[in-house]
Amino acid sequence: MSALAPDVLAIDAEAQASRIAERLAAIVGRDLRRRGLVIALSGGVDSSVCAALAVRAVGPGKVFGLMLPERDSSPQSLTRAKLVAAQFGIAHEVEDIAPALEALGCYRRRDEAIRAVFPDYGELWKSKIAIAGGREGAFNYFKLVVQPPGGALREARMPVREYLQVVAATNFKQRIRKTLEYYHADRLNYAVIGTPNRLEYDQGFFVKNGDGAADVKPIAHLYKTQVYALARHLGIPAEICEAAPTTDTYSLVQGQDEFYFALPYDRMDVALWAANHGIPAADLAAHFGIAVREAEFIYKDIDAKRRATRYLHAAPALIEPVPPVAP
Amino acid sequence: MQDVKQAVRQFLLDNFAMGGGVTIADDTSFMEAHILDSTGFIELITYIEETFGLAVDDEEMLPENFDSLANIEGYVARKRAQAPAA
Repeated sequence: MSALAPDVLAIDAEAQASRIAERLAAIVGRDLRRRGLVIALSGGVDSSVCAALAVRAVGPGKVFGLMLPERDSSPQSLTRAKLVAAQFGIAHEVEDIAPALEALGCYRRRDEAIRAVFPDYGELWKSKIAIAGGREGAFNYFKLVVQPPGGALREARMPVREYLQVVAATNFKQRIRKTLEYYHADRLNYAVIGTPNRLEYDQGFFVKNGDGAADVKPIAHLYKTQVYALARHLGIPAEICEAAPTTDTYSLVQGQDEFYFALPYDRMDVALWAANHGIPAADLAAHFGIAVREAEFIYKDIDAKRRATRYLHAAPALIEPVPPVAP
Repeated sequence: MQDVKQAVRQFLLDNFAMGGGVTIADDTSFMEAHILDSTGFIELITYIEETFGLAVDDEEMLPENFDSLANIEGYVARKRAQAPAA
């Protein structure tokens, strides 16, 4: 029997839900001294679960939901987010952030970098970034994928300047969303929920001062598989529990595993759990039915991402202590 | 002929070792020594393409081509032999 039993990620969903709700209530009321919680609802499973937990912690009357679509958001996202708000009785508002992004030059700056790679890229084209390499021992790098209206997909490796500019421009989306979340939190004297699951939190899959900013992150300790288990337990609509996770950030559909993780989330969960529990690469390889060398690459990739994104978690560095605030 | 190792070493020291305290031997693995992260490698590839006037193919994005000064020197020499510069 492998050290990796199939049920390593099994949780007692009810026990988790009540423990999180209890802690969340104490954090909001006692530690943060706020009156309630703001949650941005993306229509995905993480924010839906966080919303349900927030309602359980402080009651529906003290939770405020925000839907923040922009030009590249899938219309389904808004439909699903509204479904969750309605189901849990959360007051909510829809704020289209496209005009703010337009004013900041988010789309223009992104498209300018895309056109440096594909000069004929036009208004109606779609695009996304996809990760390549990494898993097979090659370096991670990023491909730009574009599609003209009615045409076939085209892809090319991105030079560093264009890659960084597309990411930097796209990060406006997460940062503008957070700006609005804090507007409403300040207005209501509420705290802001951050919705990363453990994969995202550990592997640094978030935008610093964007979706990474929050007052409390209630599911950061849970693997994505466990978030799904919690979602089913909390009665999150089936279409949300069954949807494949996407970033909902680029105009072409982009799976999270295409952009950031080397594996689909359920495998990534097991790999991260195994890495965290010192399981030898040979056992992971046997569990997945892959070569040991490939399992070693997965572990290396996990370590590399953790290292590369450590600064995203860090508070601003100080030259020397500033007592009593930062002793 | 340009000294490939020296040029790349200087590029790394100027851009990835600010604050000092880093020495890069010919066979130091940039990955193992944590000199470069994934964005760092993409920067390195862009630098190599622009400095040595060659195009790195996707399937060449491998540690054996780029994960040390010696590997880069070998790679650049092989590419130049394939397509001598004008």
